[in-house]
Amino acid sequence: MKCSEFLHELTNYLDGVLDEKTKVELENHLSWCHNCYVVCDTTKKTIEIYRDSQLYELPEDLRGRLRSAIMAKCQQQKKRGPQSV
Amino acid sequence: MSTIQPIGAELEPHPDVALVNRVRAGDVSAYDELVRKYDRKVFRIAQHITQNREDAEDVVQEAFLKAYGNLNQFQEQSKFYTWLVRIAVNEALMKLRRRRPERMVSLDEDIKTEDDSLPREIADWSPNPEQQYTQAELREILSKTIQGLPPGFRTVFVLRDVEGLSTEETASALELSVPAVKSRLLRARLQLRDRLGRFFQKRESGDGTK
Repeated sequence: MKCSEFLHELTNYLDGVLDEKTKVELENHLSWCHNCYVVCDTTKKTIEIYRDSQLYELPEDLRGRLRSAIMAKCQQQKKRGPQSV
Repeated sequence: MSTIQPIGAELEPHPDVALVNRVRAGDVSAYDELVRKYDRKVFRIAQHITQNREDAEDVVQEAFLKAYGNLNQFQEQSKFYTWLVRIAVNEALMKLRRRRPERMVSLDEDIKTEDDSLPREIADWSPNPEQQYTQAELREILSKTIQGLPPGFRTVFVLRDVEGLSTEETASALELSVPAVKSRLLRARLQLRDRLGRFFQKRESGDGTK
């Protein structure tokens, strides 16, 4: 497997959807190609860091306000009948 | 084999379908449950796309109201959440368009860079890079880094990797093909990796590297 082929399969590899044969070839490539190993490892870390980051959490007070506003408007809409917004 | 699997065991309807049906039958409180279930996710997605908190708040409201008003169009074979995400993404993109009227913003705007070359900088990271920074600093770094991605890449990354939608669900929510989602996801992941490397490959404070 060449580096460009590794890159092509990287997303499938990280998502665990590679067929067994390609997976073995890719892991064999990673065992000797340091650059691709680093790319694979740090890309995986990138995903994990974002997944765990709790970036843009909705604060509880704002959440409450938004939900009240949404539900009040839904109630109004219901009274008006089943018209689209 | 003595046991017989109940027919349709795997095809059991998603619990949201029961809630949606209650709302359709006039029980507005069932909609409150759907809002509670998904408001945080919709907010995160909206904030990632618009990069603006007020816009994200608007998107949450508008998406839930639009979904409520159009509930009759929701097809039960798709997931309510994926359908809601599609509405929210469209609302968020509309916000971006209003803010940048000189340029139409679409998920296709950043498709020009289709090269499959290896990332430019390949330097290893320190073992626990996130621990080099305080929580606040780390959030700032992650936020700035992801803001630098074109909206189409950002959106795919957020739906797929942060919110955990499957590739097929992401494709459906964004009305893209599965190969298009995979291609954007790869580019988004590599670009983020590249940019985060500036902060994480060396053991020093983030000053001067932004």
